Amino acid sequence: MSAPELLDLTVAQALERIRSGELGAGEYFDAYASAAAGDELNAYLWRAEPGSTPSGAHPDGDLAGVPIAVKDIFCTEGIQTTAGSKILEGHRPAYTATAVRRLTDAGARVLGKTNMDEFAMGSSNENSAYGPVLNPWDRARVPGGSSGGSAAAVAGRLAPWAIGTDTGGSIRQPASLCGVVGMKPTYGAVSRYGMIAFASSLDQCGPVTRDVTDAAILMRALEGRDACDQTCTGIDGGVELPRREDLRGLRFGVPAELSGDGIDAGVRAVFERTLERIEELGGEVTETQLPNTAEGISAYYVIAPAEASANLSRYDGVRFGLRQPAEELTEMYETTRAAGFGAEVKRRIMLGTYALSAGYYDAYYGRAQRVRTRIAEDFAAAFERFDFVVTPTSPSVAFELGERVDEPLAMYLSDYCTVPMPLAGIPAISIPAGLAAPEAGGPELPVGFQIAGPAFSESRILDAAFALEKTIGFTLAPAGSASQPGAGEEGR
Amino acid sequence: MIDRDEVLHVARLARLQLDDDEVEQAARELSTILEHVDRIGSLDLEGVEPTSHVVALENVLRPDEPRPSWPREQMLEGAPDPVEGAYRVPSPQAAAE
Amino acid sequence: MSDWEAVIGLEIHVQLSTRTKMFCGCELSFGDEPNVHTCPVCLGHPGTLPALNERAIRHGLAIALALGCEVAPRSIFHRKNYFYPDLPKGYQISQYDTPLASGGRLGDVRIHRVHLEEDAAKLIHVGESGRIHGSGASLVDFNRGGTPLVEIVTEPDVRGAAEAREWAQLLRETVRQLGVSDVNMEEGSLRCDANVSIRPAGSKELGTKTELKNMNSFRFLERGITAELERQRSLVDGGESVVQETLHFDPTSGELTPLRSKEEAHDYRYFPEPDLVPLAPSPDVLDEIRAALPELPGARRDRYTGELGLAADIAAQLAFSPATGDYYEQTLAAAAGAEPRVIANWVIVELVPRLRQADGGDDPAASRVEPAALAALAGMAQSKQISHGSAREVLAVLIAEGGEPAAIVEREGLAQISAGDELEAAVRAAIEAEPEAAEQVRSGNDRAIGRLMGAVMKQTQGRADPGEVQKLIRGLL
Ligand SMILES: [Mg+2]
Ligand SMILES: [Zn+2]
Repeated sequence: MSAPELLDLTVAQALERIRSGELGAGEYFDAYASAAAGDELNAYLWRAEPGSTPSGAHPDGDLAGVPIAVKDIFCTEGIQTTAGSKILEGHRPAYTATAVRRLTDAGARVLGKTNMDEFAMGSSNENSAYGPVLNPWDRARVPGGSSGGSAAAVAGRLAPWAIGTDTGGSIRQPASLCGVVGMKPTYGAVSRYGMIAFASSLDQCGPVTRDVTDAAILMRALEGRDACDQTCTGIDGGVELPRREDLRGLRFGVPAELSGDGIDAGVRAVFERTLERIEELGGEVTETQLPNTAEGISAYYVIAPAEASANLSRYDGVRFGLRQPAEELTEMYETTRAAGFGAEVKRRIMLGTYALSAGYYDAYYGRAQRVRTRIAEDFAAAFERFDFVVTPTSPSVAFELGERVDEPLAMYLSDYCTVPMPLAGIPAISIPAGLAAPEAGGPELPVGFQIAGPAFSESRILDAAFALEKTIGFTLAPAGSASQPGAGEEGR
Repeated sequence: MIDRDEVLHVARLARLQLDDDEVEQAARELSTILEHVDRIGSLDLEGVEPTSHVVALENVLRPDEPRPSWPREQMLEGAPDPVEGAYRVPSPQAAAE
Repeated sequence: MSDWEAVIGLEIHVQLSTRTKMFCGCELSFGDEPNVHTCPVCLGHPGTLPALNERAIRHGLAIALALGCEVAPRSIFHRKNYFYPDLPKGYQISQYDTPLASGGRLGDVRIHRVHLEEDAAKLIHVGESGRIHGSGASLVDFNRGGTPLVEIVTEPDVRGAAEAREWAQLLRETVRQLGVSDVNMEEGSLRCDANVSIRPAGSKELGTKTELKNMNSFRFLERGITAELERQRSLVDGGESVVQETLHFDPTSGELTPLRSKEEAHDYRYFPEPDLVPLAPSPDVLDEIRAALPELPGARRDRYTGELGLAADIAAQLAFSPATGDYYEQTLAAAAGAEPRVIANWVIVELVPRLRQADGGDDPAASRVEPAALAALAGMAQSKQISHGSAREVLAVLIAEGGEPAAIVEREGLAQISAGDELEAAVRAAIEAEPEAAEQVRSGNDRAIGRLMGAVMKQTQGRADPGEVQKLIRGLL
């Protein structure tokens, strides 16, 4: 089999061939290591050498020999882990994150560490201290963020799959913008130990894959209780591989607040076409309301920065990472942090510190937590009537690099379809649903479709997504990606 | 809405040194963001419990069993200024001890 | 001066004697090489999370229940945010508006709250000090960082420096008997801060308080508060007012120096710790901990003064040292029908000080003196089988060798000579030897009897019964 063909296989397909002896695990890994070595998207911050011996990989595991790209927010023992920040340049963790450990225990091998918005703060990947990631569909555009490196690598055939983290949409939005599958699990499904914290009550690790089956395989390996993360329970009963062919008997709620005004016309067309497909498959589609999700962005941009302001206090130049020389302690702190953090991180630290400071807690943090309760109640009520809530993942397709960097609020507002789910702690998946042209014109770009379900309904979400994926038939790879010297035209 | 002095106070709390331009910019940007966020100020949230944990878990505890500590040299490896098995820092200005 | 009343509240931090730290598996230590008890968690490395120690919670609950507090049905942890090199995460995990327990009382002092938190690391200043922009440096040792702490905050019910010391000692003994802490002030496993203010006697209002820190012994606690009360009184008497500040006690000079006030007021930006789930101690767990509580010093002291009629100071000495109290009770049980006060005297006044002199220890249970032996000795003295002086000699032998008092009395020939020819002969001999004194006694000068008695005692090596001797002298003269 030729290398380009190899790179077009899903992991499930590759595993089948590895098991049948048709494909060597080393060969599979090396094909990706070579592809990653030619990374023109700036998707990687560190890459394994082709032919490198696997460290700690179990040759007999379910994922024996399969390469995986890991967002640079996961600690990997001895391998630089920066979270996209200058303050952690050269930081080599003493230990490996539980999520990564679970994968390598199953035989997977770390292919590389993917670029990301600094400390996962961003929706475009332009906030990386190591330069922006380019969208493989159009290199003048952003891949989304913060797991932009993971999404771009998977879409650009530089990795068969990847893990990322999602706090307010950081897996689902880049998956949407890059035309791949991304899932944010229920809070507590996957261990956060070793995952550098952004907003601890929201952060979750999840898969970025080519298709839904791979997402299920990866979820299955990732989830599970961990004594090192006392908020983590794993998923009772595990995750099943999806097999559903239709959507008969399933009820889909379409919340007006997350699918109406503000969605670009092209995205809306793909979204509506997808709703029709649901009905074609026997599903029932009903409009509904999640009134409090309209305040999701406000609540999110109080809670996440507040938690981040504390989580980022440990970058103080004392025990690890960057230190600026100074005569006096406060000066050392202030100059180190000024030099080590980028503009967006500083902005969120300032915002979060302000929201928690004396006299403002009740008005901001306290109220945001109550809004959070309301949003969770909205979802709970919806799930009494529906199996799933569906929305576009992102109100627009990938935007141009630099387009929104000067308008933090505009950038924040574009997250409104994805922030309500982590606020409620519930799982959601984004699958590619088609292509649409940007509002200002230009070649068509991927559009994501989001399916959210109640807490710990991962298997059911994956099952529905699997049936839908089949009828959508999105098998496109971006033109010029490692497997596609020219554009792929089939599949719409 | 949020002025220079407030920005400086918050930057001080957060131990972030900002130059004059950054202070101006922060005042502008934070004001814009807070103006939006202030929407939640007008909601009627009477009687609504705050959510600090989305998982319904209680009493998750670790047994009090020792595990070996990590080698000191390994822990100090990435330290900016290791001295005699310790982490050296500039003294606090207001040291009274 | 006397028309001012002291209003003092105490804040006590107790290091819990768990095996491991609050949030990681590193062992607790004291006095080891720096940074040998650390790991990525207690160093606050990126990506690490706290894992709450079960025993720390149980120890905290034991303290709360022993102090008669109401345990919160559900409490959560908060992050207390501030920057300091001894605080690796940039926040301390503590409890804020929902502490583990609140209310309660120990002795005369009400308890405001009891909460759990983690200890800071140790910062050692090594550079030169005193210069405003000095290039001084400090070293951080994270061995202590993350040690489980219980913080106990009292209501401002303490009315004087000595009372503060006494109460703190009662608290220490209480916690010690729970077996949940070493409560050693010198080593810092018990730390006591005081909030001190004064107000006109009888007033209900609270004056401006100052916070006193670093008083690392009970003596220093008393001295620090005394000094601060004096300072506040002279300020107010001089028409000035007290400024709210934190004062640092210097044990060498005994002086209080203000900690230079920080440029910004403390703004800890507390918010709920997302990495830990709430605590909701079940009734079963609480019952189990309550059932396992030992008799506490306060209750024991009250039992000794009430049921047994002991003097307050002796009762406290017995009650505050559980080993001594147990020894006392065993001795009392062995001494059938003996006066509790007498036995208490034997333990506290006779035995313990001699043990201390002999080898520095003061635990009777660890000595060679069996409770039954002490009881027998007390009985022999009470029934005048031996004199008091002889009894002390027997005690010295018991301390050195152990054994039975009766056998020692026999062996050493210490039985009291209380009547008979032997005693009469000794008295006659004394009168002969001291004719002058005998003459004075005859002529009505009773004070001269002492000389004669001394001579008798000398001759009998202290075995003579003093009452009998006096009777004989009077009879013969
Ligand atoms: Mg405290
Ligand atoms: Zn540790």
